[in-house]
Amino acid sequence: MKFVDEFRDTQKAQTLTKAIHAIACRLASSQTKPLQIMEFCGGHTHTIFRYGIEQMLPDSIEMVHGPGCPVCVLPMGRVDDCVTLAELPNVIFTTFGDAMRVPGSKKSLLQAKADGADIRMTYSPMDALSLARANPSKEVIFFGLGFETTMPSTALTVLQAEREGITNFSLFCNHITTVPTIKAVLDSPDMKLDGFLAPGHVAMVIGERPFDFIAKDYHKPIVVTGFEPLDILHSLWMLLQQIEQGRSEVENQYSRIVQANGNTAALEAISQVFEIREFFEWRGLGSIDHSGVRMKQAYTNFDAEKKFAVPNLKIADPKSCQCGEVVKGVIKPWDCKIFGTKCNPENPMGALMVSSEGACAAYFNNGYNEQKTA
Amino acid sequence: MCLGIPGQIVSITDADKLLAKVNVSGVKREINIACIVSDEHPVSSCVGDWVLVHVGFAMSRIDEEEAARTLQILEELGEIELELDAMKLSVEP
Ligand code: SF4
Repeated sequence: MKFVDEFRDTQKAQTLTKAIHAIACRLASSQTKPLQIMEFCGGHTHTIFRYGIEQMLPDSIEMVHGPGCPVCVLPMGRVDDCVTLAELPNVIFTTFGDAMRVPGSKKSLLQAKADGADIRMTYSPMDALSLARANPSKEVIFFGLGFETTMPSTALTVLQAEREGITNFSLFCNHITTVPTIKAVLDSPDMKLDGFLAPGHVAMVIGERPFDFIAKDYHKPIVVTGFEPLDILHSLWMLLQQIEQGRSEVENQYSRIVQANGNTAALEAISQVFEIREFFEWRGLGSIDHSGVRMKQAYTNFDAEKKFAVPNLKIADPKSCQCGEVVKGVIKPWDCKIFGTKCNPENPMGALMVSSEGACAAYFNNGYNEQKTA
Repeated sequence: MCLGIPGQIVSITDADKLLAKVNVSGVKREINIACIVSDEHPVSSCVGDWVLVHVGFAMSRIDEEEAARTLQILEELGEIELELDAMKLSVEP
């Protein structure tokens, strides 16, 4: 496939690994602890585990798996809201497949479906709009979640619904924003990161400039990174060079996709439909200021929060869950007391165990569970 | 969820709604191309484009020159490594 196979080339991967080891070796003499590099995005976490990238790295580099998996940071209360909407009479509730198994306080969407709610997994929000066209007597709700990567798709779908005068389609908007979240991670007192891999597909939409503050204000190097194994290794090599040379800049490894200013059409659609919320609640991280968006007043007719009674309950995470610490890189998944025992992919307690982009599921599925006793 | 997949636009299905058919590894489906259309790159010029497809939308055109440039950097890095290896062999008796 175009530019997929090329970026999985094993020979080039070996060369990069060697180059990374060489710099890491030079840096090691001045280090008292491993360099901690955070990959913010769950898509990167997925690639790192799928291709065993951690095993290729020297011990002096530690990958910290950040909070950038939209499904993983979904609070229980929000899942409960979804279930409430889905169980309303005459509603078809549509969602990306990833969200189906996230535990709510009583049940997940998958369980609600088994109990008889009309819940359908769709690949695209446009498919949800098609369902609305085909079922004019039903209310079709799309559960919009994800960072800036998915925002343009739901915004454009709402705009299309408006153009066609479709009145039985609405969005339950749970989109979250990247920059305030990275800021929250950086401001967390137990955080000691040395560099970042920036989410390539978020940057594809918002561009490189929104990440400048990480380099300028926090003096951390950051590289916008693609999702193939060579992309990750290449970016790590670029980051290490910055660290060695004492630079902290925003660099773009993913230039085949990401332009410095992002995607104008996508940004216009976002700003037309959405506005920043004062705060948004995250699983494991608590409430983060300005970290979510809602629909603008002009689109009230397409806003599920306005159209239906959403309970909007706050449910505390189970006490034994340590997802927040894992997400901030303070502890490793196997340090969580219930990792692999009470919390496993079959029976997830925390959301990090649900999606293959979640750190705990990735560790568990790749046999890291033994490390707990090692 | 934030992953995408490269595909090639094979035809425009509805120019008004900005819909096109894309071929992703032999699988064809209709996608929205609003994010890759501009005054400089009108709908009519999109056929043949390689794009990153994400949840039913073409989110970005893939810049083939930039892809080649990145691969070239890695190619050169490999050559430097080979040189260095050869050098080390010659200095260490
Ligand atoms: S093991 Fe489960 S509860 Fe513990 S941090 Fe991971 S997902 Fe959360």
